[in-house]
Amino acid sequence: MSAAIEDVVTESPGVIEAVPKRAMTLGTGTSLVMLGLLLLTPLFVKNFIIFQMTMLLIYGVAVLALNILTGGSGQFSLGQSAFYAVGAYTSAILMEHAGMNYALTLPIAGIICFAFGFLFGQPALRLSGVYLALATFALATAMPQLLKLGYFEQWTGGVQGLVVTKPDPPEAVQSMLSWLHLKMSQDMWLYYFTLVITIAIYIFSVNLLRSRSGRAFMAIRDNEIAASAMGVDVALYKTLAFGVSAGITGVAGGLGAITVQFVAPDSYTITLAISLFLGMVVGGVGWLPGSIVGSAFIIFVPNIAEGISKGLSGAVFGVLLFLVIFLVPHGARQVAIVGQQLIGRFRKN
Amino acid sequence: MTQAQFAERQSPLLAVRDVSVVFGGIVALNGVSFNLHEGQILGLIGPNGAGKTTLFNCLSRLYQPSVGDILLEGASILSRPPHRIAEIGIGRTFQNVALFPNLSVLDNVRLGTHSRTTSDIISDSLKLAWVRRTEATVNKKVHEILGYLDLESVAETTVSGLPFGTQKRVELARALAADPKILLLDEPAGGLNHEEVHVLGDLIRRIRDERHMTVLLVEHHMGLVMSIADHVVALNFGRKLAEGTPAMVQADPDVIKAYLGSKDQ
Repeated sequence: MSAAIEDVVTESPGVIEAVPKRAMTLGTGTSLVMLGLLLLTPLFVKNFIIFQMTMLLIYGVAVLALNILTGGSGQFSLGQSAFYAVGAYTSAILMEHAGMNYALTLPIAGIICFAFGFLFGQPALRLSGVYLALATFALATAMPQLLKLGYFEQWTGGVQGLVVTKPDPPEAVQSMLSWLHLKMSQDMWLYYFTLVITIAIYIFSVNLLRSRSGRAFMAIRDNEIAASAMGVDVALYKTLAFGVSAGITGVAGGLGAITVQFVAPDSYTITLAISLFLGMVVGGVGWLPGSIVGSAFIIFVPNIAEGISKGLSGAVFGVLLFLVIFLVPHGARQVAIVGQQLIGRFRKN
Repeated sequence: MTQAQFAERQSPLLAVRDVSVVFGGIVALNGVSFNLHEGQILGLIGPNGAGKTTLFNCLSRLYQPSVGDILLEGASILSRPPHRIAEIGIGRTFQNVALFPNLSVLDNVRLGTHSRTTSDIISDSLKLAWVRRTEATVNKKVHEILGYLDLESVAETTVSGLPFGTQKRVELARALAADPKILLLDEPAGGLNHEEVHVLGDLIRRIRDERHMTVLLVEHHMGLVMSIADHVVALNFGRKLAEGTPAMVQADPDVIKAYLGSKDQ
C-alpha cells in the first residue's frame, strides 16, 4: 500500500501522470465529510457566498469535464470556453425565447455540446499535443465573435447578450418549507439544484472512467498503437472523449447562465478556457475530486490577490500560481496523498 | 511433433502469400510466403533488419504490404483496420513492451478483453446491470490469467514500476485475455537471462497445449527457437532463406552464413 503511494509521489512531474484506480476517487469517509460541508454550509452564510459556492460547483464541473479529456484520454484543450459558451447560450435562448423550464434546458445544452465536441473531435484527430492545444485555442478565440454575428442577433442578442430570469424554488419545496416556517431564497434553491447535478455528473464520470470505455480512453493516452492492437477504435474513443467533455462543459455553461442571469459573448473568452485549464492542473490532472479544488483556485485566488495588492493583483496572482506549481506540481492530489500518509503515520503512533 | 504433422495436412490457419513491403525505395520484405498451421509453434528467425518485425506489423495491420496477401482461415485480413484484428483472433506482444504504463496490471490485462466485449458510454456511466455483469465476467477471466502467469501478487501495481521481465509477462497476459487463435510473440526472450528464457520456453509450450493457441514467434535467441518451434522460417534482407524443421534450418548453409558469417561455427 505505502509502496504504491510512494510510486505516485516520486513520479517525474509530467502533465499526464499515473492515475491508480484506487486513488481516482476519495474514500467513503472523506466523501461524506465533503458532502456534509457542501450540504450544510449554505444554511449559515449570506446569499452572495451561496452564489459564489454555486459558481464553485459549476466551474468544478467544467474543470472535471476537461479532466476527463486530458487526464482520461490524454488530449489537450484550450477551447473549453467555446463549449461552455454554447451550453450557456443554448440554455439562455431556450429559456428566454422558447419559455422552456430552466431544468429542461440543461440536457439539451449537454446534447448539443456533445454533438459539437464530437464533430470538433473529428478534425482534431489528426492533431496531438501542442498542435491540438493550438487548434482548440483557435476555437476559443473564434467563439465570442461568432456569438456577436449580426445574423444570429435576434436569438443571441448580439453584443448586448441575453438576460436570464432567475428561477424560484418549486412550489412543492416552498410549501413544504412554509410548514416549518422557513423560506428558501432563489440563490439557495439554485445552489442545491446545482449540487444535485454536480454530484450526479461526478458519479457518472467516475463510473465512466472506471469502465471499459474509460479504460479505452486511458489506453489511448498511454499508448495508441497498443490500444489499437487491443481492439480499441482510437478515432472513435478520441472523439467520444471530446464529445463527453464538451457535453459536460455545456451543462456547466447552462447552469452558469442560469446562475449569473446573463450571457454575453465577452464572458466566454480565451481567459475562461485558460482558467479551466489552470484549474485542472492545480487540482491534479486525472484526479476528479481535485476539480473542485482547481475551481476554488480560479474563483478565489484572484480575489485574494486583489486583497493583497489592488494595483498588482495580476502579478500577485502570478506569484501565487508559480508557488503552487513549484511546491505541488501534482496539484491537490499530491496534497491529498501527503495528507493521507500523515494520517496513516499518526494512527500508527 | 505428431500434432504438428497432423495439422500440416489440413488447410493453414494463417497463410502469408508473397508479401512485399517497400518503404520509400527500401525493400523491407520481398515476396515472403509461408503457412502457419493450427497448433504449431512457428519460429521466425533472421539477423537484425531481416524483416521479421515488418512482417509482424503487416499481420497486425500497422503496415500495408505493397504486394501479396495474408489470409486467416482463408479470408484476407488486409481490408481490416488495425483495431479490428484482435476480434478475428490475432493477438500480439511487442518487441520493446508496449504496455499502458500508468495503468495497473489488472487494467492492462482487462484492456486485453476489449475486443471481446461491448459497451457504450451511457451504459458505462450509469453502470447498468449488463455492464456490471460483463465487468464481472471480465474480472473473473483476468484473475484466471493472472493466476496462470503468476502475476496475482502485482495485480494492483502500476506497470511502469515493474521489472522488465514482469512487464513482458503482463504483456503476454494481456494478449491471452483476448483469447487469440494466433499469438504473435515479438522477441519474448529479449532482455531475459538464461534461466528466464528456459522458463519462457516451457510457458510458450504450455500455452499452446493448454490454451490451444497457435504461436508465431519472432526470436533472436536461437536456443529458444530451436528447442520449442515445430517449424522454422528463416529470413534475411527481406527474403525467405530457408524453411523446415529446426534441425533442417539450423543445418542450412545459407542460414549459417547469414547468421554467423562463417562456416566454421
